Amino acid sequence: MNWANWQAFFDMGGYALYVWGAYVVTAVLIVLELVLLALRRRAILRHLGAHEAQPGAAP
Amino acid sequence: MAATPRFLRGAAAMPLLRIRWFKYAAPRTFFPLAGKLAPWFAAVAAVSCVIGLYLSLFVAPADARQGDAYRIIFVHEPLAWMALFIYAVMAFWGAMVLVFDTRLSGMMATALAPTGALFAFLALWTGALWGKPIWGTWWAWEARLTAEMLLLLLYVAFAALHAAIDNPRLADRAAAVLALPGMMSVPIAYYAVQWGNSQAHTAPLGLDSVSSLPAATLVSTVLMAFACWMYSIAASFWRVRSLILERERTSDWVMRYVRTLR
Repeated sequence: MNWANWQAFFDMGGYALYVWGAYVVTAVLIVLELVLLALRRRAILRHLGAHEAQPGAAP
Repeated sequence: MAATPRFLRGAAAMPLLRIRWFKYAAPRTFFPLAGKLAPWFAAVAAVSCVIGLYLSLFVAPADARQGDAYRIIFVHEPLAWMALFIYAVMAFWGAMVLVFDTRLSGMMATALAPTGALFAFLALWTGALWGKPIWGTWWAWEARLTAEMLLLLLYVAFAALHAAIDNPRLADRAAAVLALPGMMSVPIAYYAVQWGNSQAHTAPLGLDSVSSLPAATLVSTVLMAFACWMYSIAASFWRVRSLILERERTSDWVMRYVRTLR
């Protein structure tokens, strides 16, 4: 274990802005891509007249 | 069904060629296969990402020279590798479009471009956030960075050119012609370090070579790269499913499929 406590973990040895800036933006944009994929599927299905996609279906 | 390329049709009597190698080259057969496989790729990506993140943040020791700033490696390297790899796969499908003129090849190339662009952008973003505290600059006009930037521009140009042409088959061919020469930037980005004109990437860590990396660092970099790889397959399969529906919307099987969802 690298960290004495959670404060040290979030501090990242003084590089918090850089390390978390890299990790968080990567995570946010990947989640955004998944949301856009789901919206794109919903849009084409709506256009083709499937009123509701199956709940829980793959995006 | 245009599943068999034109030049093979005459040879269809030969037993080896009669095996339906091209069965899954038909959008209609690939659509359900991609739908079945994508969640599994996504699940494998999620599991390896969670293990990889745990090793990256909690197990891998801080670097002797860079302290905890080096932990950016666990997102940066996998994204940079995958941006290159996805480009190579996209160019491969582009070549398939030009050689075999199969519809699905064009759709796969088109489906990969946004994920590749995202990874290339994130590689530059995480690289800048790593560069600033360690080399004192967000950006350097250095071979590897420039090649990665070029890669991002190529992905954007590919998608823009494809979107600008109304006829999808023509768009596939035009975008493939653009993608293939862009392949040159892949080896440049990859070998830039060995060519020695890179001050930044030569010795990124306080270590001499990969073999002296702590095991946890090495394992989590590989795991995160694996997660990115699996994720890009899942994302491109999900995107290609939408593309197939969009482009084959007038066909009977799409109508039947849509009816099953009502």
